[in-house]
Amino acid sequence: MSEGPADSLWLHHYRMCSLTEVVELSGLTESELREWVEAGILDPADPQVEPWSFRADCVVTLRTACRLRQDFDLDTHSVALMVTLLDRVHALEAEVRELRAQLPQTHR
Amino acid sequence: MKYKDYYKVMGLERTATAEDIKKTYRKLARKYHPDVSKEANAEEKFKEVAEAYEVLKDPEKRAAYDQLGSHQPGQDFRPPPGWEQQFSERDFSFEGIDLSDLFATFGGARPRGAASGGRHPIPGEDYEVNVKITLQQACDGSELDLRLELPEYDTHGFAHRVPHTVKARIPKGATEGQRLRLSGKGGKGLNGGRAGNLYLNISLEPHPLFRVSGHDLYLDLPLTPWEAVLGTTVQVPTLKGDVRLKIPSGTTGGQRLRVAHRGLPKPHEGAGDLFAIVQIAVPTTVSDDERKLFEALAEKSQFDPRRHFERR
Repeated sequence: MSEGPADSLWLHHYRMCSLTEVVELSGLTESELREWVEAGILDPADPQVEPWSFRADCVVTLRTACRLRQDFDLDTHSVALMVTLLDRVHALEAEVRELRAQLPQTHR
Repeated sequence: MKYKDYYKVMGLERTATAEDIKKTYRKLARKYHPDVSKEANAEEKFKEVAEAYEVLKDPEKRAAYDQLGSHQPGQDFRPPPGWEQQFSERDFSFEGIDLSDLFATFGGARPRGAASGGRHPIPGEDYEVNVKITLQQACDGSELDLRLELPEYDTHGFAHRVPHTVKARIPKGATEGQRLRLSGKGGKGLNGGRAGNLYLNISLEPHPLFRVSGHDLYLDLPLTPWEAVLGTTVQVPTLKGDVRLKIPSGTTGGQRLRVAHRGLPKPHEGAGDLFAIVQIAVPTTVSDDERKLFEALAEKSQFDPRRHFERR
């Protein structure tokens, strides 16, 4: 079965998502989402401005957090800690990749 | 229906206690969870383990599973007579059903597709797949055919995995680790619920010439000693065709020459840069004439690249 091309959307930090959109995409309730914001799992672009909006890449974080919560049976604070550490691992991996790219390769 | 040996998947004896099962699951989850594991095939392994655990951790499902008997993994089998009456009030055909979809209907949970399962809309499931693209595809944008197995529900509400081909447009602007959301390309919604989304994790295939750093590209640019000393103009490949690059006289090894906006395009606007890193290449064999010229140069030249060694 084949279908036409879908709407493609980059989940990068230049694009914003509304609170409603994030609730719908994550499958969390709004109060769960507020609890997660309080625990530091994700941050609204500007916490003072209601309704909140989020950078689109937070959808990636939320999907990871949902997986971790379910698969490791974690409470909110353990999820927050794991998400923070995973973010650091990913940032460091990206940095290593970028530095490696700048190293000359030996030819011949 | 194909048999799966859930005990074997988890490396457990059939007599394992509930505590053993939990402990083993935690150990295997730490080892294979795709968010934390670097093992090859971690994702596949974790899926198998999670499926096995889902059944074995639940006493009712485990009892029903045990009564299926022990078969060879992958072997076609039918549950013993009366099995479905004992464990489920529902009629079903076992043809073409995945064992995990069968157990998903246990413990009061209705199958997602159950016709009797109420009328409220249920959104389709989200799926996530890893996709490798070339640098050229990241630069130009591309359309890929992704092959996926998505569940479809029969009249009894049981899921059957059906192969789908999803056309995915990858707009330009990808870089390593970038995520793309394809709206409505996941599982179908039920009772008018929205379709799920498909998430692509993009990674880039290594290129023989260019190395990627964010949206910038790095290229080694070998020059002869005389090109570096005298300066020249060289042809340099980019993902959008060759460009001519001016090499100033006195260019040294390791110097970065920037070719603006010839890196990977960024999703919002603009593009990264291409950096050519100069390497001074020397011939490993030289003719007699060449050797004489080098000897003449060695005699004439006052150049001392190691003068700073003496300043200590």
